[in-house]
Amino acid sequence: MNAEAAVQVADLRVTAPGLTGGQVMVVDAVSFAIGRGEVAALIGESGSGKTTIALSLMGYARGGCRISAATLRVGGTDVLGLSRRALARFRGRHVCYIAQSAAAAFNPARRIMAQVIEGALIHGLMKREAAEAKAITLFRALQLPEPERIGSRFPHQVSGGQLQRLLAAMALITDPELLILDEPTTALDVTTQIEVLRAFKRVVRERRVTALYVSHDLAVVAQIADHIIVLRNGRMQEEAATARLLAAPAHEYTASLLAAAEPALRAAPAQTARPLLEIAGIVAGYGRPGNSGLPPVPVLHGIDLAIRPGSAFGVVGESGCGKSTLARVVAGLLPPARGMIRLEGETLAGAAASRTREQLRRIQIVFQMPDTALNPARTVARIIARPLVFYHGLSGAAARQRSAELLELVHLPPSLVARYPGELSGGQKQRVNLARALAAEPSLVLCDEVTSALDTVVGAAILDLLTELREKLGLSYLFISHDLATVRALCDEVMVLYAGRSVERGSRDTLLRRPLHPYSDLLLSSVPELRPGWLETAPSAPAGIGRVVGMLDGCPFFPRCGARISDLCAQEKPPLRHLAKGAEIACHRTEEQLLSLQPDTGAAKLLPLATASTS
Amino acid sequence: MRNKVVMRLIGARIGANVLLLLAISLLVFLGTELLPGNVAEIVLGQGATLEAVAGLSAAMHLNQPAALRYLIWLGGLVSGNLGQSLVNGDSVAALIASRLPNSLLLAGLTALVSVPAALALGITAAIWRGTLYDRVVSVVTIASVSVPEFLVATLAVLIFAVRLHWLPALAYFDGTDSLSGLIRVFALPVATLSFAIVAQMARMTRAALVNTLESSYVEMAVLKGTPPARVVLWHALPNAVGPIANAIALSLSFLLGGIIIVETIFDYPGLARLMVDAVSTRDMPLIQACAMLFCTFYLLLVLFADIAAILSNPRLRLR
Amino acid sequence: MNEAAPATHRRVRLGVHLSLAGLFGTIVVGGWILVALAAPALAQHGEAQIVSGTVFGPMSRRFPLGTDYLGRDVLSLILYGARYTIGLALAATALAALCGITLGTLAAASGGAFDGVLSRSMDTLISLPGLMFALVMVAALGASVPVLVGTAAVIYTPGAFRIARSVAVDINAMEFVLVARARGEKTHTIMIEEILPNMVLPVLTDFGLRFVFIVLLLSSLSFLGLGIQPPAADWGSLVRENIQGLGYGAPAVIMPAVAIATLTIGVNLMIDGFGGRRRRLFADER
Repeated sequence: MNAEAAVQVADLRVTAPGLTGGQVMVVDAVSFAIGRGEVAALIGESGSGKTTIALSLMGYARGGCRISAATLRVGGTDVLGLSRRALARFRGRHVCYIAQSAAAAFNPARRIMAQVIEGALIHGLMKREAAEAKAITLFRALQLPEPERIGSRFPHQVSGGQLQRLLAAMALITDPELLILDEPTTALDVTTQIEVLRAFKRVVRERRVTALYVSHDLAVVAQIADHIIVLRNGRMQEEAATARLLAAPAHEYTASLLAAAEPALRAAPAQTARPLLEIAGIVAGYGRPGNSGLPPVPVLHGIDLAIRPGSAFGVVGESGCGKSTLARVVAGLLPPARGMIRLEGETLAGAAASRTREQLRRIQIVFQMPDTALNPARTVARIIARPLVFYHGLSGAAARQRSAELLELVHLPPSLVARYPGELSGGQKQRVNLARALAAEPSLVLCDEVTSALDTVVGAAILDLLTELREKLGLSYLFISHDLATVRALCDEVMVLYAGRSVERGSRDTLLRRPLHPYSDLLLSSVPELRPGWLETAPSAPAGIGRVVGMLDGCPFFPRCGARISDLCAQEKPPLRHLAKGAEIACHRTEEQLLSLQPDTGAAKLLPLATASTS
Repeated sequence: MRNKVVMRLIGARIGANVLLLLAISLLVFLGTELLPGNVAEIVLGQGATLEAVAGLSAAMHLNQPAALRYLIWLGGLVSGNLGQSLVNGDSVAALIASRLPNSLLLAGLTALVSVPAALALGITAAIWRGTLYDRVVSVVTIASVSVPEFLVATLAVLIFAVRLHWLPALAYFDGTDSLSGLIRVFALPVATLSFAIVAQMARMTRAALVNTLESSYVEMAVLKGTPPARVVLWHALPNAVGPIANAIALSLSFLLGGIIIVETIFDYPGLARLMVDAVSTRDMPLIQACAMLFCTFYLLLVLFADIAAILSNPRLRLR
Repeated sequence: MNEAAPATHRRVRLGVHLSLAGLFGTIVVGGWILVALAAPALAQHGEAQIVSGTVFGPMSRRFPLGTDYLGRDVLSLILYGARYTIGLALAATALAALCGITLGTLAAASGGAFDGVLSRSMDTLISLPGLMFALVMVAALGASVPVLVGTAAVIYTPGAFRIARSVAVDINAMEFVLVARARGEKTHTIMIEEILPNMVLPVLTDFGLRFVFIVLLLSSLSFLGLGIQPPAADWGSLVRENIQGLGYGAPAVIMPAVAIATLTIGVNLMIDGFGGRRRRLFADER
């Protein structure tokens, strides 16, 4: 709160028009300051008002919101006192913005360079040639490939991680007094995120940029921010220097956020019985199969797994690796081109339509997006009643009785039955989603990213519920997620998927124990940790596409692998190796070689496994 | 590589349209097959002798199977031999040739007036969306598209020709008129035709622009301090070219409906009137030829719009 | 577990915001439907009754909208004409919507070759300019009521099909439909239970627009003398019959045309009034 502060905010309030008339307070009495060259972070879950606050620093409000404040100064400018024209001159000149989704923030019809330098040109800061030269310097500083030429491309021609860095160049072209980064890495895969974060941190430090970093992810913020402001429902909960906030949170809510960021491991019942579900040699993809019987867009290339009754099997991988396709194959939504699926020794048909009703009943699927997984035109009662009628012939009072039991099972009040999905919160929807699956009384529930669309605290509650249901009902799960921490928290066994192939498979404990498959190692060590300075020690790998590549002979991870053997890995299929730790990996390197190649840091500190029980 | 993709897409569009035209020709042919009774009898009237009917039937290939007659007709269409009018025996090709330029002139003038007017209205309404101007444009255009052409035409005649005597009520023109005479003749028909088309196009242009104005990159542009006009013209417009071209093509195809009404009301010697007259006298060869001509015109418009959309999309242009 | 449900969402589902213009449109359209139903009770004179010696008479107390070319009461004629204009258009729209929605939903739910063939055929139909197609049909089959309704329905079925299919395809890709498929539900159950209930609003909007087009099409046909045939007369025919009155500025020409305009503008305003978009409430909805 001094004269030197680059940003001064006092008693900021933002109101939104309520749907029923009147005003709703979205941001309430928020005050903070950012010193010159400092990086501050706004942390909060969805609806906390963090983006709204960030945008109000640009004098910008979405959807008819109104901003008021006792003080709202950026670099000596009273933002709220600016006229409409003055505001246009101020934005993009003094404050610049990096949006969450670069893919959406770039105009698809214009070349990248034209968009990057647009700010400098419209504010009359420099000539076109000078602006382009500066942009190229920035591209280089952000470690973009081919800095001289990347600007002449169109947005769809570069990758998501590169676009995000190009967006940073666009923001830095005018040397703004304040840079706002709004969840700039949230849409990226973890292994991509690391590179982008590093690039951001470097330019911010080198250019002594004053920045406001908006995020829901404490571990990410810990790497880059000097101090952190915690928000909830539009109010400030706590503000402190990063190290202090992480070490000793003063506010209860901050503590709960910290706890949810590293979910406790759920106890697993040890069982050794014959597998409930077995799949072997699954090859599947999209499009009409060709002459070879293989689909033109292959996604899964020979997947094997077995799930024991009462256990949770995790499948982890980055976007496009084929993990959701696997769930669809098991559910019968996508008949595989090759391979077999067996439920308790009974072979299942590829298509749901050819399976018996009893077989269908025993496998239920729960999807990621709570918004689209429930029919918006039907009440909760009707949604849950449908499987009751379909599988068990229950109707009338019996169905109502059973629906009430199911709601209780997922900890929802019975009064919810009359509601429509649009009237439920995200967490409630996901519980109804589960209740519908449970109505079938299944043996196996396929969970496809069930916590990914939820806030961490809400997601953690769903994980608790899943653990509880498993104990109570003896359910098994095929749990699919991009988030290693969630998979680790719930699952007994884990498979790491890369480009449609299993690269490593083993128990949860062995996955965290070295040696690892080079990709598992990268994935594991790319997950940000809740301590400042982690970013500096984190591994780096060439950015690459975890997406499915076509049928190939060699190892799919070969182009990005730090341990590759040049010709061998490119040309020959890696053999399956059974490691001493009990896991199975697909790699040309032997166990000894991998051990000697892996650095001492990285996965090592994930080793202590405090198994906490939750109930 | 880039041109290959584009050429393939455009080639596919052209091919699809040719197939479509074939399908339409089949429909048009089948439609006239539904006509009850022997065409030769209809042509010759009730007093015709059996021999005369038989002779004409043979001359018109009426004894052949329908499939063969379709092929003969199609061959005639392609080679420009459109047959004879059933009513007066004139060559259909000659009849059409005498009327087609008039209709093209009317349609061309209308397009010339309406496209720029509609784009200007639609784009300005999008730039100043939410203002009083936008709302007025919205209400007026809704009203214009809801009103039948004959109401506009009759009102226009009532006001400008009957009451004010400014303009002629009928659109005779013999080609020797001076420019001012030409304007006087065409003012009412063109205005009537443009009325609904401009409204339709302006609404669709605005909708296409507003749609792109809601995207993240437009918000990003605003946050860069880009002035509103530049936001619309530089950021939104290139992304709305496809939908706007489509809107123009679709609206100009409404011209086909409007021109039928307008030529009738203003007694204008165009192709549409020829067709309406042919319908009232059930002159099938003439109807068929006119119908095919109109459909071809329509498909060409849609094709141009498709090509514009393909060329304006960098994702298709460059992989 | 105790996350608060957003209470504001409830209103969105139930109460559709209706603007003032929308309300006005609804009243106008409702009024015309009542008129069509109760025409014989409302009209002072019979449909074919010549009640005045003056042709193209001006508005007067006795004949509020003047008299026509035969000396009939224009108001009564318009009241009776409403039955043809609205009745035929409604029948044709309903037929087009029924065919379009059924085929569209079926195409989306089945996919594959069935969808392909159906979509291509509809593309062919839609590329026939409407009024021109109607002219060909009338030339071939004559202008009877079934031909007119059938023709209008055929012309507007492809449009209804396209809308219904695209909406259904969107819904079909949603996860709740996948859940139903994985449950083992049959295609027709998925159609009726999961897809159709979510199509109501866009399909109703489309129904209104199509109704407007059909009213304009049938009136234009009548105006050309190729629509509904005398002695029956819809509003388009009334304009045609009285076109000579234009020179005298007779209300008999203008009023039926104005009636058409009020109906179609009313429907459009109604649709616009219902189609209000939901606003984004919070800026940081991830």
